[in-house]
Amino acid sequence: MVEMVARPYAAAFEAYAVQHPEVIALSADLTSSVEIDGFRDRHPEQFLSMGMAEQNMLSFAGGMGLAGYRPFIHTFGVFLYRRPYDQLMASIAYPRRKVRLMGFLPGITTPGGMTHQAIEDISVMRSIPNMTVLETGDATEVEGIVEAADSIDGPVYCRVLRGSVPRLFDSPLKVGEMRVLAEGTDVLVITAGITTEEAIRARGALDKAGVSVRHLHLNTLKPFDAEAIVAHAASVKHGVVTLENHLVAGGIGSMTAEALADAGLGKKLIRLGLQDTYAHGGSRPYLMNYYGLDAIALVRGIERLMGIETGIDEGALEAVRVDAVHSSVKAEAL
Amino acid sequence: MPSQAPLQNEKTTEEIALGVRRRVFEHTIRNNGGYLSQACSSAEQLAFLYNEALHLGQPTMPMIPPPFGGVPSADNPDYVTGAGYNGPFEPQYDRLFIAPAHYALVAYATLIETGRMAPEGLEMFNKDGSSVEMIGAEHSPGMEVHNGTLGIGLSTGAGLAWGRKRKGEPGEVCVFMSDGEVQEGQTWEAVQAAAHHGIDNLWAIMDVNRQQCDGAMDEVMQVGDIRQKFIDFGAHCVEIDGHDLEAMRQARAENHEGKPLIILAYTSPTKGMPILERRFPRLHYVRFKSEDERAEYNQAIAADLGIAPVDYAH
Repeated sequence: MVEMVARPYAAAFEAYAVQHPEVIALSADLTSSVEIDGFRDRHPEQFLSMGMAEQNMLSFAGGMGLAGYRPFIHTFGVFLYRRPYDQLMASIAYPRRKVRLMGFLPGITTPGGMTHQAIEDISVMRSIPNMTVLETGDATEVEGIVEAADSIDGPVYCRVLRGSVPRLFDSPLKVGEMRVLAEGTDVLVITAGITTEEAIRARGALDKAGVSVRHLHLNTLKPFDAEAIVAHAASVKHGVVTLENHLVAGGIGSMTAEALADAGLGKKLIRLGLQDTYAHGGSRPYLMNYYGLDAIALVRGIERLMGIETGIDEGALEAVRVDAVHSSVKAEAL
Repeated sequence: MPSQAPLQNEKTTEEIALGVRRRVFEHTIRNNGGYLSQACSSAEQLAFLYNEALHLGQPTMPMIPPPFGGVPSADNPDYVTGAGYNGPFEPQYDRLFIAPAHYALVAYATLIETGRMAPEGLEMFNKDGSSVEMIGAEHSPGMEVHNGTLGIGLSTGAGLAWGRKRKGEPGEVCVFMSDGEVQEGQTWEAVQAAAHHGIDNLWAIMDVNRQQCDGAMDEVMQVGDIRQKFIDFGAHCVEIDGHDLEAMRQARAENHEGKPLIILAYTSPTKGMPILERRFPRLHYVRFKSEDERAEYNQAIAADLGIAPVDYAH
């Protein structure tokens, strides 16, 4: 049974921040929603309430950076770039302030609907010069994201998972290092964030159906290791499928397409994720299924890529879920 | 006079303000355009800041500005901002943000008048490859951060001031603002945050000239009683005649413990150059419609400023 970890960010942030007094937690009225309420109560001297005023919060954080502090701005991902985009550019990104933008509720991980779902954040953030973009895919990566973010010499945006988070990996997140979770030869699958768990589920069924999957998990989206992606893509027979909790435009699908095109590698590419659409409010499993971000969507995408029918259905994926996730943990430990 | 404000130049602040108007006027005539009304309204304020109010160290940058040295990036480790013209970034010294970055021409003229930049610097204004940009950039002389989008300056100043206060640094943070910025919501966010967190090593002087790009502010967007609004948002706010230096000194000396200080300096956008009144309310950027008009303004303003007309190339 896969281990579920409760509020991994909360403990990780506190453990790190108390060792680094230049780290200041900023919050815009979502303190418990981003799991730093306990930190606020125990370490009020390292916590700043900025109210519901993101434009000021971002420029203010830029000023704090000028004073030598490293602000960790905690809010939902959408609130870090939609309303205060100008402030993000002028006060943080341009001058390369060491501001850590901790974006919770990436993609459709919230029932909050359009206003709360950061579905184009990767696209926006990766196009900003000087910005680093990281994404967490399990509890171990959430636990490591604080130190990883604070190691960046400049601004960094992080997609952070909250609440009950599965533990898929037992080695810490290393900036710039993708995880090779399977080394198959038919098709390359590239995932990040919550879609990695879906791909792990799918892989169990695909293995049984005789499809050999090479699976990469990304936690560093910018800088994007195009060279490694191209090498992996070149090593499989049929092509590449990307699956992301984001619009396919501008996200991992786009990055992969750019890498393949830049390298002149003629491989078919299927980009799964939100297809030029907003999402709406609903549970995560419902939304992942409705918008085609889940394991069955990946199976269908691979079938399309390879021109085959595997016979895998939703029931088959449910059956493999627990074991597959667990075995992946073991494989990672080798 | 606050004791922390030694005169930093042998000229009086009045002389510097006049010199600023003269330089901006000459530049505007020579280039057939410029931010002339901003010099009229803000010359005393910028002269006051650099010559009296701010505790600034000696410039760390060359008197003749270096060319554009690239934008900040991991690949550009030699990048520097224009802050060095305001002195070293050390704890004991004040910092100055020019929030309305289109006042850059006036700010550059002030740097020259106070001996912080060579007159040649102004000749580089808005020239390709120059760091002396038309809209002051972070790397432009006297600029410390990017402020070209209005409304972000006070927030950045508040963040820096919070950090300096926490570290116990004596240097304060001053933001030079323009009244159009009160139309931006961020200004009010900044004031409420500074008040909430008791950031009282932050102060601002605002050039209330009631002008904006489209014309008179009252025509573009009425903003009401901004002094009362600043007070309601938690600032200590005083109103003065922005051409009255003694009033400015008294305002700066106001006790604002626990709160940011906002000085509303009510000014005339044609002060010292009455012929500009003809153009009211289109004063944001003065460009002459004809050579005859240019010549007429050259004669009239030169006479008002007590100098010979500019001998410019046609």
